Amino acid sequence: MEFNSVSEFLAMGHHGLYVWLSYGLTAVIIALNVAQPLLRRRRLLKEQAQRLRREKKHAPQA
Amino acid sequence: MSDALCFGGGVKTQLIAVVVMWQWLKQLYHRLGSPKWFYEITTGWIPWLAVLSVIGTVVGLVLGLLYAPADYLQGNSFRIIYIHVPAAILAQSAFMMMAVAGAVYLIWRMKMAAWVAKVIAPIGASFCLIALLTGAIWGKPTWGTWWVWDARLTSMLLLLFLYFGVMALQQAMESEDSSYRAGAILSLVGLVNIPIIKYSVEWWNTLHQPATLKLTEKPSMHPDMLIPLLIMIVTTYVFFALLVILRTRNEILWHERKRSWVKQILES
Repeated sequence: MEFNSVSEFLAMGHHGLYVWLSYGLTAVIIALNVAQPLLRRRRLLKEQAQRLRREKKHAPQA
Repeated sequence: MSDALCFGGGVKTQLIAVVVMWQWLKQLYHRLGSPKWFYEITTGWIPWLAVLSVIGTVVGLVLGLLYAPADYLQGNSFRIIYIHVPAAILAQSAFMMMAVAGAVYLIWRMKMAAWVAKVIAPIGASFCLIALLTGAIWGKPTWGTWWVWDARLTSMLLLLFLYFGVMALQQAMESEDSSYRAGAILSLVGLVNIPIIKYSVEWWNTLHQPATLKLTEKPSMHPDMLIPLLIMIVTTYVFFALLVILRTRNEILWHERKRSWVKQILES
């Protein structure tokens, strides 16, 4: 282990701002990239299932 | 028969091998071209890719942030390398994959290839942005400036703009087909930028340091620093595969929404 305490770890030898800003921004971009396809899938399944039900109601024989 | 085909084994066995391989490639091509096949086979992959991504990131970052020794010149700011380098490598690989997928679409009109090219663009752009942002932040304590117009940084910024251009073209036109083709052409033209990025640190006098990792040479880095970096690079590829699969499946659901196999999914 390179650091003796949590505060020393967070300080990163006066480079804390740069290190944590880099990791923070990366985490945000990664999180958006994970959320996008998951949310789109949920919306897609919901909308298309609704469309399917609607079409069945209007054309029951189809 | 040329000499090249003759050494080792008879010509006949070699011909059979070529035919078998050709058949196998053809089969693979047809499978990859089938949205239903892709959707079904990747269903089981998603949890594994997700678990591997999480484990790789945790192990890589714990080793990189807690156990790797500080750099003797740069101190702890060098720990940005564990996201900067994997992101930069992936941004370039993704661009090449996008161009290959685009070429497959241009030549064989495979729909799946167009969708893969389309989903890679925003993911690649994200990694390019990560590389640029972390590079700028790393530059401040190391070079005393956030940005310089040196060859490496400029060509990397160009890569981001190329991604934006491809994304814009992929939805620019009335017909999906011409949009995908326009995007594919720009991504193929943009390939020129990839060797420029790679060799920029050698061809020009850049502030950016030369490559830390080279495939042909023994690494100059201490193993305690190097191993977490290699773990992060591999993990980034795994995570990229996960994101591409998730987005491609959405494209499939959307484009195949009127097919009976998708209707079955929707009804369940």
